[in-house]
Amino acid sequence: MKPVYLDNNATTRVDPQVVEAMLPFFTEQFGNASSMHGFGASVGAAIRKARQQVQELIGAEFDHEVVFTSGGTESDNTAILSALETQRGRDEIVTSAVEHPAVLSLCEHLEKTRGVRVHRIPVDAKGRLDIDAYRRALGPRTAIASVMWANNETGTIFPVETLAELAHDSGALFHTDAVQAVGKIAIDIKTSAIDLLSLSGHKLHAPKGIGALYVRRGVRLRPLIRGGHQERARRAGTENVPAIVGLGAAAELALRHLSEECGRVRALRDRLEAGLLERIDNAMVTGDPANRLPNTTNIAFEYIEGEAILLRLNREGIAASSGSACTSGSLEPSHVLRAMNVPYTAAHGATRFSFSRDNTEEDVERVLDVLPAIVRDLRSLSPFWQGNGGGQAGFQPTYA
Amino acid sequence: MWEYSEKVKEYFFNPKNSGLLESADGVGDVGAIACGDALRLMIKVDPATETITDARFQTFGCGSAIASSSALTEMIIGRTIEEAMGISNQDIADFLGGLPPEKMHCSVMGYEALRAAVANYRGETWIDDHEEGALVCKCFGIDEGMIERAVRMNGLTTLEQVTHYTKAMGSCGTCGEKVEEVLARVHREMVAEGTLDAAEAFDPAAARLPALRPKVAVSPLAPAASPAAKPALTSLQKIRLIEQAVEELRPYLQQDGGDCELVDVDGDAVMVKLSGACVGCQMASVTIRGVQERLIEKVGQPLRVIPVKAGH
Repeated sequence: MKPVYLDNNATTRVDPQVVEAMLPFFTEQFGNASSMHGFGASVGAAIRKARQQVQELIGAEFDHEVVFTSGGTESDNTAILSALETQRGRDEIVTSAVEHPAVLSLCEHLEKTRGVRVHRIPVDAKGRLDIDAYRRALGPRTAIASVMWANNETGTIFPVETLAELAHDSGALFHTDAVQAVGKIAIDIKTSAIDLLSLSGHKLHAPKGIGALYVRRGVRLRPLIRGGHQERARRAGTENVPAIVGLGAAAELALRHLSEECGRVRALRDRLEAGLLERIDNAMVTGDPANRLPNTTNIAFEYIEGEAILLRLNREGIAASSGSACTSGSLEPSHVLRAMNVPYTAAHGATRFSFSRDNTEEDVERVLDVLPAIVRDLRSLSPFWQGNGGGQAGFQPTYA
Repeated sequence: MWEYSEKVKEYFFNPKNSGLLESADGVGDVGAIACGDALRLMIKVDPATETITDARFQTFGCGSAIASSSALTEMIIGRTIEEAMGISNQDIADFLGGLPPEKMHCSVMGYEALRAAVANYRGETWIDDHEEGALVCKCFGIDEGMIERAVRMNGLTTLEQVTHYTKAMGSCGTCGEKVEEVLARVHREMVAEGTLDAAEAFDPAAARLPALRPKVAVSPLAPAASPAAKPALTSLQKIRLIEQAVEELRPYLQQDGGDCELVDVDGDAVMVKLSGACVGCQMASVTIRGVQERLIEKVGQPLRVIPVKAGH
């Protein structure tokens, strides 16, 4: 049976056209862009083209605003650490409680080791940022505000254009981790006040290990990685040419498919979501349905645990993901769902389905065919499930 | 993705003895929905023989939680309460062909549910002393609580001692910083409680991680250099030291259901036989390396530990 891949927020399949574009840069055009000979020159031109392709996708004014990095995490780290260095006399960070670990772990580290003050702005039950709290947290000490464009777990989109303006009002830089947004929704960065934006290749059908940081012209940047003069001395290290070319090709394809993402892919997602809610009771969609990535749905099935759901789905050849504690090896369910105050009865059973242009209607049908029985089966095992003689009221464990 | 054994998968996909047990004689509820796993164990007991005649479970939890619960029911049906109470959480894990270290708490849940169910059968109240800390050493599945207990009970003061008592940090060593944090925290608390002299407390700033492979003439492949300060040992002295070191190590291996026996000493080669849980354990080579380091430390000479098969 054909496997059903619905975990595109984790990573995507590299588009065959991307692979094709990359191949010559391993064996034929293998030169170093810095070299003073023909081998280098053609490679330099290929990197230039890729930069323009990424520029197009995010609507940057200049191609040199795009700095290639190893991926989203490096871009996030570069942006935040740079802001702390360039913003003199400012040593505070404003961010959200639901950021990716690439931002949150760094903030925690800076808090511990450098005494940087970090404001983590809470979200409401739908995952929407508390704008008033955000506004209050900004001040003369804020070096940078960093808020993701869209949340990886729920797909909730944040009003980053507004947030960027508010940050500027207090003299702070604004960075957005747009790893999940780029390629899924239209972005025109030049019309916004956003200073720095992170994107990652493997979320948009390019390979892993490549990404970019958008740095608005005029924004000072302290490189994270020092060495040679590559990327206008903003990111040292010989360019990963095949991956850069791949990212460029993927960016061009993403732009071309953007209307499909917002149309056909959204329709698939909506059909799966409606179909599951219709077939399975005690299930809820987490996140903000009105303002969400078109490809993502995160549904919490009450009284069962996410890893068990994933293992059963996997046996049916269906790949999804979960914010449950057990899949991560930690003891707590996803920090995103906890920040949203999703009740524990549901948070552990949260399951994320994330689509891409590779998905089809058959994929949706397969999940609709098998998941209701899986949920029913696992609930029949659960002591919390009413009708099992237990139910929540009847089950009172010793250390609840 | 977790690497579950075939048996875990089998018990997860086709759990045995799931569901409600009508008119159960003992019911044990453990866990909580907030923690992501909970288990209700129901048992029927023949009062004349105190034999568990039937057992059922209901579990909210991940694959290994469901598998552990089901395995437990299979292990206790037909046994007397006394026999069943002798089953350790490690036995449950072993029955399932092993569990990933992060998932060992699933077997602990089964172990506790049995105690709760038996207490309920006897009309007693079972008090849980279950503590779960964050997993520190992934290689050996050592959590914060285990380190803290070892430090407090044995008055450990160095990282090296923590490794010797708990095995934490004994393999890849990447958890070193976390172990330091735990040791420093426990010592701070002990100093505040007055159970440890401040001068003895662990100072992370002054500490250096113990080298996994000591630098001085210990490589098994290094030529036999003259041990720096120690006087030359006679063969007999050396063998006695080795024997002594092996004996000291055995309790730690036995804790995990394994064992180690000295077979022969030939020059620098020390032949040992691993048995019990050590046999076929993925960590056997790590154990051998640990034994080797311990012997080298004790004898002060380069030695090579060679595992030999049973019957050698």
